[in-house]
Amino acid sequence: MSSSAKIWASIIVSGLMLGTTAHAAEPGSYGVGATPTSDQIAQWSIAIKPDGSNLPPGSGTVSQGADIYGNECAACHGTFGEGAAAYPKLAGGVGTLKTQKLKTVGSFWPYAPILYDYINRAMPFYAPRSLTSNQVYAISAYILNLNNIVPDDFVANAKTLAAVKMPNRDGFIFKDPRPLTHDVECMSHCADAKALVITSDASKAGITPKTTGPVDNMQGSSAK
Amino acid sequence: MAKASRRKLFKFGAAAGGALVAASARAATAATAPAGPLSDPWGHSLGAGVDDRPYGQPSKYEKDAIRRYVPWLAQSPQADASFTPLQDQPGIITANGFFFERYHAGRVSVNPAEWRLMIMGLVEKPLLLTLDDLKRFPSVSRTHFLECPANGATEWPAAQLNSLQYTHGLIACAEWTGVKLSTLLKEVGLKPNGKWLLAEGGDGSHLTRSVPIEKALDDCIVAWGQNGEALRPEQGYPVRLIVPGWQGNQMVKWLRRLEIGTDPWYTHEETASYTELLPNGKALGFTWVAEAKSVISFPCPEKPLTGGPGNYEIRGFAWTGRGKIKAVDVSFDGGVNYSRAALQEPVLDKCMTRFTIPWHWDGKPALIQSRAVDETGYVQPTIAEARAIMGTAPVYLNNSIQTWQVLADGSVNNVQLG
Repeated sequence: MSSSAKIWASIIVSGLMLGTTAHAAEPGSYGVGATPTSDQIAQWSIAIKPDGSNLPPGSGTVSQGADIYGNECAACHGTFGEGAAAYPKLAGGVGTLKTQKLKTVGSFWPYAPILYDYINRAMPFYAPRSLTSNQVYAISAYILNLNNIVPDDFVANAKTLAAVKMPNRDGFIFKDPRPLTHDVECMSHCADAKALVITSDASKAGITPKTTGPVDNMQGSSAK
Repeated sequence: MAKASRRKLFKFGAAAGGALVAASARAATAATAPAGPLSDPWGHSLGAGVDDRPYGQPSKYEKDAIRRYVPWLAQSPQADASFTPLQDQPGIITANGFFFERYHAGRVSVNPAEWRLMIMGLVEKPLLLTLDDLKRFPSVSRTHFLECPANGATEWPAAQLNSLQYTHGLIACAEWTGVKLSTLLKEVGLKPNGKWLLAEGGDGSHLTRSVPIEKALDDCIVAWGQNGEALRPEQGYPVRLIVPGWQGNQMVKWLRRLEIGTDPWYTHEETASYTELLPNGKALGFTWVAEAKSVISFPCPEKPLTGGPGNYEIRGFAWTGRGKIKAVDVSFDGGVNYSRAALQEPVLDKCMTRFTIPWHWDGKPALIQSRAVDETGYVQPTIAEARAIMGTAPVYLNNSIQTWQVLADGSVNNVQLG
């Protein structure tokens, strides 16, 4: 083969290889793993969207929810959503977001279907995914009722939950405005040395767990 | 012949053991003698054998270097965080045993034989993978930091915790090995309207976060390897998502499902939590990128200056979710004047970077600070600047400059300046 023929041959080979690479980008062409059945996909698919899509069949009332909530949720969240110990409060707080920032389902959460989603995927804390769809609907109805968002005769289902307008529905900004500071890299005389004052000193706060020895669980400590 | 002499040598070693133990006892009685080759017990005794510690552990003299937590921060240890002992981390890699924890439903133990990853939604060919399947795909190893957006949360209202570990330890950095998410997404084939990805964890919290498809196709990794071994259970064994430079909770642990959709899911973790209330009562969501930040790790409250006035090396870490660290400046006078620190190689993308600067301490009180500048030109702000925008009691996004007050006795306190 002449040297130019060799070059052409190598170009043709690379062309074929490029073709192979392009083919490799086709879905499934790596050929590893199983194709799930539609039943399997349905079992895995627990995520609910804000518009309520993928909410399952079933329903639950406020009064059913009160009973289930009493057994499954009240120990941590309080009978009326007022919270126990440091566990999250679920009710109240409307109008506090600028100052005390009491974030509850009623004061803060933007979408009712996400309440269902979260209870279904993560609650109860000690036994997640132990509730039936009807139970999750009922608890959702009770928590919304505690917050005066739905009436006492509310029946939660895929349609009614999607129709609930949460008080803080428009309270979120989902476009990151950062960076919020635009400093230049000052190297000298960046601040007035005479005006510098120490405004707080952690060594005087007395709330730091020990940083030597075994892990300090602060049992018996007066710190909060 | 060679074998025989080796055996002899081993026998000799065993016979000599008794004599060495005696020598070590002699050395131990000389506890007050100055350290040196004549008095060191480790040089006069036989050490432990290869059968002693099949996995390995740090020196018994490093017992203080452990993860710690702040008991009053959370309601339950299973929904809490522990902090990386940054004061004991020499380089940019966080030891796997040091790596901070953040659980929403505790550390679960996943059997890798029963683990599956489901990839579904707006794809041409849904996929169900075993761990062995996942490991057959082409892999990468990349070193990235992982920071909780609540790192420094306690310091928003005032200097509160007198510790580097508790003020900055919700960060760690590791070498991650896994399959690029883009590789898997090509295999399933994205439908044209597939613009968002949902990552779902398999623990009791089933934590979910939405990721825009551009980021998913850029540099995300479905990782099973962490710093030279399998991913630790604390970090989501067997598989977690790595979303380089973005807030830690995006990097879903015990990953079990990826779904492709048209829009974000606005999950609990991106609405009810991990959003920040601004002074006007509106909440900021999708604050994914970790902004540039730095801190001096020596000296610090846990590691004071113990040798009196003279020469020291100031050391610390800097990082940015927007790329690489360009510079770190250090001030010894509370931010009036700054000097450029040296950046230690390698300076990697979305990775912790180490800085050092020599300091001749005159023994007088000093206010030392570090300030990071990233490759976008962004300069780490002071706490006063950050507070002017975010208010006095936010939780997340505190990337402000840390001030350590060095006292004349060499001790170090966490202070804030006004």
